[in-house]
Amino acid sequence: MILAVIIIYFVAVLFIGSISVRLFRNTGEDYFVATRTIGPFVLFMSLFGTHMTAFTILGASGEAYHTGIGVFALMASSSALVVPSIFFFVGPRIWSFGKRFGYLTQIQFFRDRWNSSALGLVLFIVLMAFLLPYLLIGVMGGGTTLNQITGGLIPEWLGGLIVCGVVLIYVTTGGMRGTAWVNTFQTLVFMIFGALAFYIIVKNMGGLTEAMNRVALEHPELLVRQGKIQPLEMLSYTLIPLSAGMFPHLFIHWLTSSKAENFKFTIRLYPISIAFVWFPSVMLGVLGTLNFPGLKGAAANSVLIKMIEMHAPGVLAGLLAAGVVSSVMNSLDSQVLAIGSMFTQDIVEHYGWISKKNERQHVLLGRIFAATFVALGYLLSLVTNRSIFRLGIWCFTGFASLFPLIIAALFWKRSNKYGAFASIFSVIAMWLFFFIKAGNDQNYTLGGTGVMPVVLMIAVSSLMLIIVSLLTPALSEDRIKKFFPQTTKFSAASPVEA
Amino acid sequence: MKITLYFLLGLLYLLHNDLFLWNDECLIHGIPSGLAYHLAFCVAATLLMTALTYFAWPEGLEVDSNKDSAV
Repeated sequence: MILAVIIIYFVAVLFIGSISVRLFRNTGEDYFVATRTIGPFVLFMSLFGTHMTAFTILGASGEAYHTGIGVFALMASSSALVVPSIFFFVGPRIWSFGKRFGYLTQIQFFRDRWNSSALGLVLFIVLMAFLLPYLLIGVMGGGTTLNQITGGLIPEWLGGLIVCGVVLIYVTTGGMRGTAWVNTFQTLVFMIFGALAFYIIVKNMGGLTEAMNRVALEHPELLVRQGKIQPLEMLSYTLIPLSAGMFPHLFIHWLTSSKAENFKFTIRLYPISIAFVWFPSVMLGVLGTLNFPGLKGAAANSVLIKMIEMHAPGVLAGLLAAGVVSSVMNSLDSQVLAIGSMFTQDIVEHYGWISKKNERQHVLLGRIFAATFVALGYLLSLVTNRSIFRLGIWCFTGFASLFPLIIAALFWKRSNKYGAFASIFSVIAMWLFFFIKAGNDQNYTLGGTGVMPVVLMIAVSSLMLIIVSLLTPALSEDRIKKFFPQTTKFSAASPVEA
Repeated sequence: MKITLYFLLGLLYLLHNDLFLWNDECLIHGIPSGLAYHLAFCVAATLLMTALTYFAWPEGLEVDSNKDSAV
């Protein structure tokens, strides 16, 4: 029965994707950014759905199982402030430049802003490298969910394969419009069924107060942060959500809006929506310690699914599982689309591999590259054994450390490509250093102080950007005026063009 | 108004660090106090973001479709 519900859900998703094909205008702009026609509601649903991943639904509950309620403060409430702030200060400005100059990817923006083709290539490689672990989270989450909810009938490798297959079908056929529509449907599904799952499970456990009183007796350490999270760790975690400013799959959604005003709806609803989704995930992770004690390490990622399986009857379990699967696919689809878009626009078209006029061929190559990248992610997911939460943190650390780039590009006229290069290379070097140094230590912080590597990485990345930009020639006045039209006077001592 | 809202944004960021509830096991209607505080924090963030979109929205962002030009 559960399997039947999941199959029906997949068919519904594919059907929604296929409807959007009827509106396809057969152009690259339509395929990659839906001809910038998305309204406020779909923009919010697709941005929120894309941002909320298996990391949120499965990773957060798994981490809460081990660490307790502090996970909410670590990631949810900090995101509730930081992410909409990014959407406020960065999103509409990027949309405006995208609309004005026809950008379809973030690399096009950076390349044009700092007038450097090489910078675009380096960014392409770095963004792809950071995106791969994020994609792994989705594939692993999909495999885990389908495996657990079908009682092992679908092995994890097949579950991941099915999720990848369904996503690839609706993304490659429906493009951005199809992805945005499916995102809207899926976000509604996981918000509604997530809340429903929480209600049913808590009710079955005798009500929230009674269940939490049991937790207070059996695992009081999960109700506080003492001994689980260090104050400096929480402070440094507030920098992790800055990653949202550099995610290619969120960036591409910003470009789809029909007008800047549409962002207001997203900015207003984002904080409370985050609380709405994260609260049940964290609470069910904590409550899971009562029903499934003793789960070790990454095994706790499946605690939410185990809870659904235990407390919800057949069809309902299928629907609730569909909610979890939808959160997984919601991010995966936008990542796949962003990957295809970046490859087509930033490599194939930019380097003139094929004629600019041959849009059909561009789209085809984008699809092939996206499929290849997904296949790579899928294969890696079969041999990766890190916790979904920790894997996500390393990926977010990389993107967050690149955040100074977007701030400098939008607000600092004196920044240039040399500063940007220095910033990016410092991030690469430090990321590799800390990743290797941390090894299997899932709670690695700088010198055991609680300060996470992301703090140092952002500080160094910002300093490199500032110092190197100031020591090297400024951009030409024309280039500055293009991005800062209100500027009356700006003296560029020695203009430089790539 | 804009400056006040930016100041409140900074203040809210500081308020995220609720050290005073770090070791508080108290339950409020079944919700641990540390978690209840951060739920309230999300509500405050919603109100602040709403105020920002009303009183501090950046001007000159809308683009006339007729003025589009490709890269």
